[in-house]
Amino acid sequence: MFLLPAMVYFFILVIYPIFGSFWVSFHAWNGTTFQCSDGRSLKDLGAEEICRRIPKMTWVGLENYERFFEKSPRDLERLKDFWMSWLKGEAPRFPRLSVETKVLLNNIIWLALFPLSIPMGLAFALLLNQSPTWVRLTKSLFFFPFVLSPAVIGFVFQYFYDPNGPLEGIYNYLGWGSGIIGDQSKATYGIIVAGWYPQVAYCMIIYLAGLTAIEPEQVEAARLDGAKGFTLLYKIILPQLWPATFIALVVTMIGALRSFDLVQVMTGGGPGRGSSDVLARYMYQKTLFDQDYGYGATLAVILFLIMLVFISIFIKQIISRESGR
Amino acid sequence: MFPTPIQNWNSRSKFIYFTLVMFTLVAWLLPLVIITLASFMTADQLNSGGRGLNLPSPLSIDGWITAINNEDFRKSFLNSFIIVTPVVIISIGLATMAGFALSKYKFRGQLLIFAIFIGGNFVPFQILMVPVLRLTQDLGIYNTKWALIMFHGAFQTGFCVFFMRNFIAQLPNELIEAARVEGASEWQIFYRIIIPLVKPAIAALSVLIFTFVWNDFFWSLVLTPASPDGMLAPAGLSNIIRGRFYNAWNVMAAGSLLVALPPVAMFFVLQKQFIAGLTLGANKG
Repeated sequence: MFLLPAMVYFFILVIYPIFGSFWVSFHAWNGTTFQCSDGRSLKDLGAEEICRRIPKMTWVGLENYERFFEKSPRDLERLKDFWMSWLKGEAPRFPRLSVETKVLLNNIIWLALFPLSIPMGLAFALLLNQSPTWVRLTKSLFFFPFVLSPAVIGFVFQYFYDPNGPLEGIYNYLGWGSGIIGDQSKATYGIIVAGWYPQVAYCMIIYLAGLTAIEPEQVEAARLDGAKGFTLLYKIILPQLWPATFIALVVTMIGALRSFDLVQVMTGGGPGRGSSDVLARYMYQKTLFDQDYGYGATLAVILFLIMLVFISIFIKQIISRESGR
Repeated sequence: MFPTPIQNWNSRSKFIYFTLVMFTLVAWLLPLVIITLASFMTADQLNSGGRGLNLPSPLSIDGWITAINNEDFRKSFLNSFIIVTPVVIISIGLATMAGFALSKYKFRGQLLIFAIFIGGNFVPFQILMVPVLRLTQDLGIYNTKWALIMFHGAFQTGFCVFFMRNFIAQLPNELIEAARVEGASEWQIFYRIIIPLVKPAIAALSVLIFTFVWNDFFWSLVLTPASPDGMLAPAGLSNIIRGRFYNAWNVMAAGSLLVALPPVAMFFVLQKQFIAGLTLGANKG
């Protein structure tokens, strides 16, 4: 009785659409053609007649998925050659890759580098876990970038990275004429650094909360045993911070895969075709601008399946905690 | 306490600590300082190599005025406020009821339903995009505020259920039992006992949901792309301000700061609630 309204509402707008996307991903559809729900074409409709419009989609089975992975073997081969000759000490040119491969590669780079915000957040938390009033005020100044809209952060960093902006001197020194996000090979890294900004703040606050929950007796006991500094941190503090680390890890991994706003604002996936693009943004473009709804849904499904790994880990943890009560 | 409280440090270490914190803080806020400086510069200064860490000369508020005077951008601000309010009410209202049911009653499939609410929270927006877009078109609310209210209301309900269930589960069962013995109906229990007790949770959630929805960018681009009457402020910044004042960095900077202002102000005023909401569950395994 209390549960029903929330359930119905949530299922219609969040759970059902997941299956809807799976269904669309097996079709080809341009998003604009419709037919009547009884199969008639809209043109055959009499002047006075109305009918329920449904999308006119063509069943294509797994074709969209084949299309996504079509170039993967070739690109894997190219990447292998590149790394082999790089390991031999040569200076190979980075191979040309299909947009799909670049997008996947960028998602992997995000997954690998975005979590660095966790140790950075821990470092900030350790630096600021002090009680004087001025430190507490400082904490809020460190934290507030978290409440900024990612779109705003995107603009702030776009300006910060501008070839004629604050970093101009550094760019000149390094010979990076087009700046970080203006360069195909560096754009993704530039966006990830911008992504760290709110994420470090978030991890910091999670760790600060974790640090206040640490049992003082254990820390004192370890101190009496002569543990200090990093040993103490590593042996006593970090294990006790595991719940905080776990949450930070899950939220950060999912955040890494969700990265849409920053890429859209800062580079729009470019420069060039897909050099900094990620699944979340490429899907948006394919669907709404290239009007390839079936393929867009396929990209979304692939992203969803990758994310499902992290979602299930989180749910499993919560359920085991519940049943342990 | 770890690290050792600075009260116990010698004065040299205290000084080093102070310098270190201040230095880190300045470096940390540098991008925001630079964009603030840019918002007070003239277009001339910005275009003649003044984009670094320079003081505005002459000091100008042209950027701010141009951004504020843009009617469509102002509208997107108003939209944000209009959309956020019902979303907060709907999602917290529904979630308080659902959280009560999920924590104080026992029935089959309880854990599964809870797990679905949590899982739904973390799905990528992209997998919902096409069906939700179709639904708003079918309902005729595409490109209107209703589309955003409807979707955000549902999506935030998931997060609120997660939060509320854990909060209500901590309330003592004895209170509810006692009321039942005295013959109170389940609705009375909900109104008289649960609602007053979850007020702190409602405060914390309101602040969080306000921030989440205010900062939404993706759904505004998808559901209200062509409509200054429906879009949220970050989309207004990107579609209206950037669209019309491309390369006018002082306008862009001022616009960005304007969009950032409401959640930042809210955060500084209601900091305690905000952090309480965010860190729930961070210290128990």
